[in-house]
Amino acid sequence: MSLKDKLTRSHIVFQDSIDPHSPIYDVRNDAFKIFEEKGFPTRKDEAWKYTSLNAVIKEDYSILSKTEAALDYKEVKRFFLSSVDTYKIVFIDGVFSSHLSETTHEGVDVCTLRSALSKAKYNEVIEQHFNKIAPKESLTSLNTAFASEGVYIQIPKSKVVDKPIEIVHFSTGTEAASFLQPRNLIVAQENSDVQIIERHQSLTDNPVFTNSVTEIYAAKRAMVDYYKIQNDNLNASLIDNTFVDQYDDGVVSVHTFSLGGKLTRNNLNFHQKGEHINSIMKGVTIIEGKQHVDHNTLVNHDAPNCESHQDYKGIYDGSSTGVFNGKVYVNQIAQKINAYQSNNNILISEKATINAKPQLEIFADDVRCSHGCTIGQRDADALFYLQSRGIPMKEARALLMYAFANTVLESVKIPQLKERITKQIAKKLGVDVGFAL
Amino acid sequence: MLKIENLKANIEDKEILKGINLEIKAGEVHAIMGPNGSGKSTLASVIAGKEEYEVTGGDILFNNESIVEMDPEERAHEGVFLSFQYPVEIPGVSVTNFIKTAINQNRKAKGLEDMPASDMLKMIREKAELLEIDRKFLSRSLNQGFSGGEKKRNEIFQMAMLEPKLAILDETDSGLDIDALRIVANGVNKLKSENNAVLLITHYQRLLDYIVPDVVHVLVDGKIVKTGGKELAHELEEKGYDWIKAELV
Repeated sequence: MSLKDKLTRSHIVFQDSIDPHSPIYDVRNDAFKIFEEKGFPTRKDEAWKYTSLNAVIKEDYSILSKTEAALDYKEVKRFFLSSVDTYKIVFIDGVFSSHLSETTHEGVDVCTLRSALSKAKYNEVIEQHFNKIAPKESLTSLNTAFASEGVYIQIPKSKVVDKPIEIVHFSTGTEAASFLQPRNLIVAQENSDVQIIERHQSLTDNPVFTNSVTEIYAAKRAMVDYYKIQNDNLNASLIDNTFVDQYDDGVVSVHTFSLGGKLTRNNLNFHQKGEHINSIMKGVTIIEGKQHVDHNTLVNHDAPNCESHQDYKGIYDGSSTGVFNGKVYVNQIAQKINAYQSNNNILISEKATINAKPQLEIFADDVRCSHGCTIGQRDADALFYLQSRGIPMKEARALLMYAFANTVLESVKIPQLKERITKQIAKKLGVDVGFAL
Repeated sequence: MLKIENLKANIEDKEILKGINLEIKAGEVHAIMGPNGSGKSTLASVIAGKEEYEVTGGDILFNNESIVEMDPEERAHEGVFLSFQYPVEIPGVSVTNFIKTAINQNRKAKGLEDMPASDMLKMIREKAELLEIDRKFLSRSLNQGFSGGEKKRNEIFQMAMLEPKLAILDETDSGLDIDALRIVANGVNKLKSENNAVLLITHYQRLLDYIVPDVVHVLVDGKIVKTGGKELAHELEEKGYDWIKAELV
């Protein structure tokens, strides 16, 4: 049976199991119809030209998790940012683990979507924002159709969340192969400020396929920093769909660190719906073997006087493939915007591939848009400088690659996270750093 | 220590060095002066081993061993150091991490273990103090956004850390105000001993008031055309290079 057929069957079972009075009951049904009609994207779709899901969807996944597994904090401590105090929302095989989590309702709601859906007081916010930010595409619709669990974060006006929020999804391999669809809703009201770290971590070699959707509503002057750590093992594939609606004077950043996994696709959309907005997208990709990472970004400049900054750097070894498909759309009314896009890549091996496709669609006449894309970086002067200090060619090249990737981390606001990612990058590139005064 | 014999070098088939002879002994300070385009910086780069330059004749002996076939890092391991005229900006690597890597790679080449972190810190502090370098400066990305003076001070800081046998200072005085020049010169003077040597490459006599050379050479059109004591530098400052060119004709 194809995965699509299996999903159709599972959806009937799923519908029977959920609350018919849920504020999103109809939304789910409508969404499933969209998925049924569109199916999984194929390479015939322009946006999926360089990424094929065939190898991923051919597995025999369990759709609705049957068994529950428990984990000891000690076993998984290394996947948390343990050097800093955080709120934690942890899922094991798609099921919330209260044991590993630290949620809150004091001044800010950091809880599960399931819990928020079950409480009347959240109905209004959910109805206002749920599935309103995500586009009605096949994969997001598939997620919506089964939406039942994930993260719900609601930050009231002028609230600065006192510590970062960590979202961690573990898969334990209790099923031969698992299909997971977390659904997150983040509502940051005016003047609020929050930092979120998310990771998906498989603990065995059993195949895992995650189709995650995150909707972020960032009201006026809201500051949201979202960090995605994609360092999963080689049987884990991830489609991360993150959609952001931003209003006046807000600053939202999404950093994506793609250092692992089998196939990773990041669909990241920003919609600017007010003036003086800054949207920041940064990515570091370092992969090897047969790994595949696809960054598909869209910035929709729908208002004047805004900025968007995209900086994606990639280092590809083995026969790995990277895709950067960055689209900037500038509406006619979006005058005096500044859209900056940069995508730089280093191919270490002759078999590695990068497909880069920047797209600018500009309908306003008084704008500044720049984009640059480079492949291969052999800076002879820098290399000589390092060698002249006694650093051999091989080590000098590695150090330059580390430097190349590391520049993306400058905007990471959580020092402990920055240090950790820096170390991970250094380790991947065989550079010995991590020395500070 | 350094003996250059009839050295000829090309860049892209253009001959820049046309037969250089030069000998520097341990404990000496030599200065090479000359007009723009005479080949001063080329000579510095060729000694350090820059790949772009092709050595077409002659030899460079360092402690009686030819180094012309060596990679730049091997020359560094032997004790050659070049303070760059235009130090390269490397965003993403801090000054400290860079110097730590360099020191440990030099030790590795000598079969030594990595320097213990505490010793490294102590040494960094000492040398930073010598060059009046602020600690904050050391955690910044290497040369990125540094002023001209900061870049040059950072070069001499690296030299202080690496303790080379031969330090080649390529236009280290350019872009320095008088205070920075004093700090840099003071650093170089303190590091000088009878076991090491300094080759100053400069356009102006100014630096030589602070770092006093034993020997001054004049390089014109790829050849050393005159050699003298420190008074030669003053003469050049006063009269320019034309009289030497005239002598040659």
